[in-house]
Amino acid sequence: MAGTVAEKPVGTSTLRDDAQPAPAESGALAHSRIAIIASALLPVMLLAGILYFLVRRGTGLNLAPPAPIERVEFERVELYPGEIRAHVINTGPEPVTIAQVQVGWLNRASWEFTVTPNATIPRLGRAIVRIPYPWVAGEPYEVVLLTANTLVFTHEIAIAAETPVAGGSTLASLALLGVYVGVIPVFLGIGWLPFLRALPQRWYYFFLNLTVGLLVFLGVDALHEALESAARVPGPYQGVALILIGLSLSILLLYAISGRVKDREGSGGSGLLLAYTIALSIGVHNLGEGLAIGGAYALGEIATGTLLVLGFTLHNLTEGVAVVAPVVRARFRWGHLLWLGLIAGLPTIAGTMAGALAYSALWSVLFLAVGAGAIIQVVIEITRHQIRESGAASLANAFNVAGFAAGLAVMYVTGLFVTV
Amino acid sequence: MISVEQAARANGHHHPPTLGSGLYQYEHPGRRRFDPQQVFNPELPPPTPAPNGIREFTLVLEEDQMHEVAPGVKMPAWTFNGSLPGPVLRATEGDTIRVTLVNKGRLPHSIHFHGIHPAKMDGVFEIVAPGAQFTYEFTAAPFGIMPYHCHTMPTSQHIHNGLYGMLIIDPKQGRKPMRELAMVMSAFDLDRDGEADFYAWNGRAFQYADHPVTLTRGELVRMYVLNMFEERMVPHLHGNMYQLYPSGTSLQPAEYTDVKTLNIAERAVLEFQYDFPGFYMFQCHVSEHMEQGLMGWFNVVEPKALVAQKERR
Ligand SMILES: [Cu+2]
Repeated sequence: MAGTVAEKPVGTSTLRDDAQPAPAESGALAHSRIAIIASALLPVMLLAGILYFLVRRGTGLNLAPPAPIERVEFERVELYPGEIRAHVINTGPEPVTIAQVQVGWLNRASWEFTVTPNATIPRLGRAIVRIPYPWVAGEPYEVVLLTANTLVFTHEIAIAAETPVAGGSTLASLALLGVYVGVIPVFLGIGWLPFLRALPQRWYYFFLNLTVGLLVFLGVDALHEALESAARVPGPYQGVALILIGLSLSILLLYAISGRVKDREGSGGSGLLLAYTIALSIGVHNLGEGLAIGGAYALGEIATGTLLVLGFTLHNLTEGVAVVAPVVRARFRWGHLLWLGLIAGLPTIAGTMAGALAYSALWSVLFLAVGAGAIIQVVIEITRHQIRESGAASLANAFNVAGFAAGLAVMYVTGLFVTV
Repeated sequence: MISVEQAARANGHHHPPTLGSGLYQYEHPGRRRFDPQQVFNPELPPPTPAPNGIREFTLVLEEDQMHEVAPGVKMPAWTFNGSLPGPVLRATEGDTIRVTLVNKGRLPHSIHFHGIHPAKMDGVFEIVAPGAQFTYEFTAAPFGIMPYHCHTMPTSQHIHNGLYGMLIIDPKQGRKPMRELAMVMSAFDLDRDGEADFYAWNGRAFQYADHPVTLTRGELVRMYVLNMFEERMVPHLHGNMYQLYPSGTSLQPAEYTDVKTLNIAERAVLEFQYDFPGFYMFQCHVSEHMEQGLMGWFNVVEPKALVAQKERR
């Protein structure tokens, strides 16, 4: 039996491309193709059958909940003169009907309200609840939604403040906030380039390692912030999974882009390329940071006081240093500095405006994660750059270790200003 | 009679709350209101003599009856005769009261009456099994407002779910005939977080804001008020003062006032009349309670004779 199988293996005819297959053999070939297709389709068809029976007959498990399961989450709460506007999403398994609304100050009061498009919100559907409530700036409030099935969902407004509307002056001041927090500090940092150039070689590596320290701190900080905001992302959108996706995709994408650029331009301009990669990653990070700042402002959770703006400015000053660190010893046209600064800094402006005007925890988390991924990629690249230039042993050099530690220390100290 | 809308326009700054004033109340999407059929009727017909001096009542107890506690918000309630609060029981001092409790629930229940009666009619030991019934019998004494409620453990749950009501015992000689209203003050904690979500006159938040109680100018009104929630309540009438009879156990008013704090299970008879027509709020003076539903409106109208006279002119 075993001998006959070995004599004429089934796959032999397909491997023989010099001879035409006999008609009987081509029939067997078609037959095996059908078998392959059938084996691919069979599980799908079985699955469809199972789904059909599940939908028609139920699971057969008597697991009906004793009380309705409803979940309403607040995506955003905006405050306009005489009006509280809550953007909500139904993240429960069933449609939900908002039947009553209360506004809490010292205690709760039932209030009139309207829901658009409809008080009955389908699963994953969104609605806007408008409450004509004469709120007072600086006071804390609680927005309470009661469903037809007596479930109660609340959102706290820590400090009431008017939500910026897309007017010219608000946009201008949000843009200015972005300039203070993102653009100015980056360019100030870049302005250190001549000073960095004048330094001897070992100091250059000191600053390169300081940059790595800054970036590692920034990356961890961004991840922490992303995890915090992830709690605000509506359940089905899986905030933590978004972080994983943003983080890994951004690393892979940056490698793909920089790999392509390297192929085209050779490895000669690798210092400048690295600088651009850092600028891009810091830019994405600043977009996420801008979204968070603008969002916190819109949610009335921070007062954008002078001290806070000053803190962010100092904090981000280090980002400019990070951008130019790889090109300290390279020759390039000065125009590149302008581009580097803009790539790293400008997204902050877009972030603060977008965050304040249409805050969404989802986007904030995604951009913070993408930024963190970009930073990780950059840290790897700088390290490789250094190993290429002066060997792996240089990483453990006391001077360079001190640089790395100094980077962390600078971020920690300037971070004291921005931690509210 | 002027409509609520007309009154609101006339009174400018003092809109009835359901007109979207933004001052006191909600506007349900689709402008949904309490069904007028559902509104707890506070009117008490004049007392009648009991045949052979015996008052017989049957209270059918059911669990998980959907009760609309605020427009659009339905909670599973435990009820006597499908009503929350339970029906007002009324007898005259000295009558024999027979109350048959028919337990149609899945849990044991009972009725505990306040007042003077033998120990074995107190409703603490006279627990009625599911599907069973029991007749509580005692002589009505003394006159006044006596709360009744289920007293099966855990009592807090049995009361909170709606098993309470008012027993009015009239004095033998009767009280001065007047327009009479029964008002139970209570509250509902829907999410069981220890904080009530709605407060109500007679079991539904804002029901007398949706459907104001019409009074006639100069008409004498007697209001029987009972606090059935475990917080203090302060019945307060706007534009008026009332004669206060604590617990209703005296025929002499104790005080002439417009606020009286009723502690837990405390009750009082209030007597008053309105001298001017218009809309007047009647509320609990605990602001939180008012803002969450313990408020309503009296619509005081001119006597029919006067209206007819004006129309003739
Ligand atoms: Cu009971």
